[in-house]
Amino acid sequence: MTSNNTPVLEVRDLRVTFPSESGAVRAVRGIDFSLRSGETLAIVGESGSGKSVTATSVLGLLPTSAQVTGSVLLEGRELLGLSDTEMSKIRGKDIGMVFQDPLSALTPVYSIGTQLMEALQIHQNLSKQAARARALELLELVGIPDPKRRIDAFPHEFSGGMRQRAVIAMAIANDPKVIIADEPTTALDVTIQAQVLEVLKTAQEVTGAAILMITHDLGVVAGMADNVTVMYAGRPVEAGTAEGVFYEPHMPYTIGLLSAVPRLDKTERKALTPLEGNPPSMVKLPKGCPFAARCPIAVDICREQEPRLVDVAAVPGLQSACHRAAEIGNGDLAREGMFPTPELSEWEGESDRASRPEVLRVENLIKHFPLTKGAVFKRRVGTVKAVDGLTFDIREGETFALVGESGCGKTTTLLEILDLPRKQEGSVVVLGKETKTLTGKDRRGIRRDLQVVFQDPMASLDARMPVGDVLAEPLRAHGWSKEKIQARVPELLSLVGLLPEHAERFPTEFSGGQRQRIGIARALALDPKLIVLDEPVSALDVSIQAGVINLLDELKVKLGLSYLFVAHDLSVIRHIADRVAVMYLGRIVESGDAEAVFESPSHPYTQALLSAVPLPDPRKERERQRILLTGDLPSPADVPSGCRFRTRCPKFVGLTEGEAERCRTEDPASTAMAADHSAACHYAAALEVV
Amino acid sequence: MGRGMGRFLLKRAINYLILTFIASTGVYFLASYCLEPAMNLLSRHPRPPMSSVYSVLASQNLDPRVPVVERYWTWLTQILFHGNFGTMIDGGSVNAEMGRRIFVSTELLLLSTLIGSITGVMLGAWNALRQYRPSDRISTIVSYAIIAMPVPVIGITLRTIDNWMGSPIQYTGLDDPNAHGVVAVVLSNMQHLILPTLTLWLVQVTLFSRYQRSTMLDVLNADFLRTARAKGLPFRKAIVKHGLRTAVIPVMPLLVYNIVLLFVGATFTEKLFGWHGMGEWTVDTITTNDINSVAAIGVFTSVLVLIAGLLSDLVYAALDPRVRV
Amino acid sequence: MTTEAVAGALAADEPTKSRGRGQLILRRFVRNRLALVGIAILVLLLLGAYVLPSILKWQYTDNDWNYLGTSPGQGGHLLGTNHSGQDMLAVTLRGLQKSLVIGLIGGPLTTFIAAVVGAAAGYFGGWIDRALMWGLELLLVIPGFLLLATISPKLAHVSWLIFVLLLAALGWMITARVVRSMTLTLKDREYVLAAKYMGVGSMKIIFRHILPNMASLLIVDAAVQIGLIVLGETSLSYFGFGIQAPDISLGTLIADGEPDAITSPWMFFVPAGFLVLIGLCSAFIGDGLRDAFDPSASGAKAKVKLPADGESDSQQVEIVSNTVRAEEGLAS
Repeated sequence: MTSNNTPVLEVRDLRVTFPSESGAVRAVRGIDFSLRSGETLAIVGESGSGKSVTATSVLGLLPTSAQVTGSVLLEGRELLGLSDTEMSKIRGKDIGMVFQDPLSALTPVYSIGTQLMEALQIHQNLSKQAARARALELLELVGIPDPKRRIDAFPHEFSGGMRQRAVIAMAIANDPKVIIADEPTTALDVTIQAQVLEVLKTAQEVTGAAILMITHDLGVVAGMADNVTVMYAGRPVEAGTAEGVFYEPHMPYTIGLLSAVPRLDKTERKALTPLEGNPPSMVKLPKGCPFAARCPIAVDICREQEPRLVDVAAVPGLQSACHRAAEIGNGDLAREGMFPTPELSEWEGESDRASRPEVLRVENLIKHFPLTKGAVFKRRVGTVKAVDGLTFDIREGETFALVGESGCGKTTTLLEILDLPRKQEGSVVVLGKETKTLTGKDRRGIRRDLQVVFQDPMASLDARMPVGDVLAEPLRAHGWSKEKIQARVPELLSLVGLLPEHAERFPTEFSGGQRQRIGIARALALDPKLIVLDEPVSALDVSIQAGVINLLDELKVKLGLSYLFVAHDLSVIRHIADRVAVMYLGRIVESGDAEAVFESPSHPYTQALLSAVPLPDPRKERERQRILLTGDLPSPADVPSGCRFRTRCPKFVGLTEGEAERCRTEDPASTAMAADHSAACHYAAALEVV
Repeated sequence: MGRGMGRFLLKRAINYLILTFIASTGVYFLASYCLEPAMNLLSRHPRPPMSSVYSVLASQNLDPRVPVVERYWTWLTQILFHGNFGTMIDGGSVNAEMGRRIFVSTELLLLSTLIGSITGVMLGAWNALRQYRPSDRISTIVSYAIIAMPVPVIGITLRTIDNWMGSPIQYTGLDDPNAHGVVAVVLSNMQHLILPTLTLWLVQVTLFSRYQRSTMLDVLNADFLRTARAKGLPFRKAIVKHGLRTAVIPVMPLLVYNIVLLFVGATFTEKLFGWHGMGEWTVDTITTNDINSVAAIGVFTSVLVLIAGLLSDLVYAALDPRVRV
Repeated sequence: MTTEAVAGALAADEPTKSRGRGQLILRRFVRNRLALVGIAILVLLLLGAYVLPSILKWQYTDNDWNYLGTSPGQGGHLLGTNHSGQDMLAVTLRGLQKSLVIGLIGGPLTTFIAAVVGAAAGYFGGWIDRALMWGLELLLVIPGFLLLATISPKLAHVSWLIFVLLLAALGWMITARVVRSMTLTLKDREYVLAAKYMGVGSMKIIFRHILPNMASLLIVDAAVQIGLIVLGETSLSYFGFGIQAPDISLGTLIADGEPDAITSPWMFFVPAGFLVLIGLCSAFIGDGLRDAFDPSASGAKAKVKLPADGESDSQQVEIVSNTVRAEEGLAS
């Protein structure tokens, strides 16, 4: 990468304060960084750390109530204090921005082309034809297929990945010097994320721009960034080269964050290292180091005095804000084991899978929906094959994970199991009972034995009910007496690591991780046998995720539960699952023992999926060869003939005509690769990708 | 807009037609049950004999001795096959009267609705941009006051103010009966439009500005507006080009709905200012037990609701590409 | 609560014990000065309407033959008299009683009908939804004013309560649509799904999880509907289609005073003033409640946009109240 010595963007002592009902929110409390051409700086932090506010304030797009002080220099020119008109000449020209949510980032009523041409014509004196020609070039550059046709499409006609490409095209339209990308791939699936990151890199090469990347995903950082700044409670706590921050962190928060991430490349099964506690409130910051309350090595001075960000002598270019950085640096305080890792209890039941009883069997499950079009003028235009012949089983004491990207049918599958419908194509057998033929009494029994934990801990708890009532609801529904309920609620709370007196509080008083614990406690209330977990940790910050995953692991062993775990995050699944099934367009393409599937993925889709997951390890990331999938997931209303993956299959491209014909005409059946490992591909072959 | 939408609109139109039919039928039966046209004749001096009362009523298809279903059938077939809404209680043609009155109402309402819609949208958007500023707070309070006032109160207040000021503006009726010559009549007619138009405008501008303000506030926090500004559009320009364009989408169908329904007339305003339009007729026909006219108004109104509904759907589709797939 | 529990709660400092949601809403509401003024005036009006007549010198039935149609202040008539020598204050208070009662019964009733119909249609879906929505559209097609006015001769001799019922029966449709669409989103909320999968019954889910979660919408709507019902009553009474003699409402008083509005303004503007006051208070209270329930969407003083967790239905409330008014406006 090219870099010269004068920075294009320099930020000095940036501070941002918002007024709020409960007092001034000090969202950013002093951050410095500089950015050179062609360089990528990532600002990493968890929600509320001030990273997004930092980015937005560079562009001057914060609400007018925000007080911004410090200095933002673009090629030596001070940006803070410029009028909106003056800033408008810089925005979109010298600084381009890519936002997090491509769904809402484009004006719904103008075509992609119109919006892209607008971006060009604001800053350049271009004729309509010239602007259109340049817009086509840009769309081509960001990899939008058939741009001549797609340029006149409206945003709602684009998929999320395509929209984000369009937004990137807009950001680079005028050859900016700096591109600010605020969580650019957070809303995207992992294979699409890989594509979009690739596009960002291309954009950077073409424009030579510096990238300021805001993200919470350490994997993305490892793959993209030259330099990294870690933020906590509105301040940078560690800054330096990617390698320095990842391999030789001197601040316990960075160390904790890195060890809390579940990793795809860790093969041994052990508990994750949770980073207990929550970030402090930005209104009433405690005295001293804001991380002290969560820090296992905090000493008296940490609670008295906030450490400043200072150079770490041992690692060139690294700066850390920790009173004990020197001890960490010289090895007196070991990074490994700094945060306590709980012991994982072992499953003590029957180890032979075949002899354990079956808790769930799904056989050839099919769920088709009518496809309707239009919001106001609703009408049927086809059939969505959301789930199209699904077969799997879960045995007692097992964690079975269903993985796939959005639109693969995993949520439909889950709802089809939970709904216990009377009419169903295929069969669902829960605890030995076919759901179609359930009597009323059996149905109640299953409602008791089969429980669910949802993704969003905010949405899954009724905010108006105190936690005690939330936990009592399933008990009441199943006719428990008042006394029994009163005894059960505190028991449940302590089971998930909360205090009995929390029963009187409302869900909003808890943090995300605690709320998810409450959701788990509710699911446990009736002593179920099988728990369905729908993306139970994907809404949580990394540091909190680890604790919840450990809890789930522990409860399974303690209570003899079985899990049906639905998720898109392969690293989490690798950590928790015993068996895995990978779904694509309503079908399972590969399934089997987790170890086998992750170590020797045999279906090209599984391989692509695994290779798209970024690893929080800069060196490994740089060496990795990525299998990039082309295009988007086909619509489940228009499933390709033969093998449904062939339209995106990297293997298909390299096949001879005769071989390819087979993929086009013949739907591959699931074939055994090993004892408990099968893949549905005509040309399945194991490949190591992690 | 594809073929699918055409089919959809057809389906929707048929549904509306059925609703209109039921509604009109309901109004006819209700009017026949509640209103007693015989009273009009019986209260005359000298009181006419029963037999002639019945024969007059029978000639107008109002004979209470004939079962209501039979009268309904006659009424319905007359409308369907001859487009004839029957006779008014005084013997005149309902069709002719309705035609006249629709014209009067249209003249009265066209101006106020157009100005009201345009100024309402503009005021609403402006207020949204200046949320919490004094101007916004004042217009909020003023609009609440206007919303809290029934139309008669607004109209009479305007009339009273006019009188206190020495009646610079004449307002009773369509024009001054003493005016002669085309120019004088037209001028007088325009002067007579001022107060009722002002009354109606006040009501409409308030409604639409409140509505536009809230949709606009919604859009002000939208991500796409931030994108537009990040592209380099200055605040004002981004707001108008991306914000307002999106924020009028939900308002426009409502506007269209109101514009179409303007033919129904403005009951209170017409009554207050002596305009013989559809609105005034609604009140008059009920107080005069004029069943045929009431039923005709019922049919007319529900047909207008039908047209208004379909048109506002179309406008919605024309404005929002997300809808016209 | 035992002392141990208290000690435990103190020890567990983690989930910050905040004030209850109700208290928070109250605090935000109290901060809205206009809404407080609205409440205060409404309470004063209620008190005045029911308590004041017993202390006043003149009853509304009394005719002061010495002072027929006198202007305010003369002969001890604070707000003047009408042509039959009735004290305007006494008469207006009497009318106020009726109008307030009509509003206070009719407003919440309208909201109640809307809530039940909308939630049932949204939650059950299928043919129940289709049937209810079809009935709703039918009511929208039928011209409400025409309907009420036509029925009015038959209502002359029955209780005015029937009239209130009819007003409510013709005013719930728009709110019901909003309730239905909110139910459709709430229905797929995870806590509703969770309750369903735990085996909680449908009616229980509607009344425990769905309706309480749009309480803000419903409360605001009820406040706004009070004003709308009073307005509707006035409009109808103005033409003689509403409250019938010997009952008096603000609407009948306005109608009586209208011919003399120019010569004897007090006969018209006194009842009209009270009417506007009721409408204003109802709007201010609705506004204050909306801000209190959802500070992020409008009104409250702090302008920071908070992360939008929880439903923000205030926008919809504003739209409902505006649309309701727009539809009412058709009868202008």
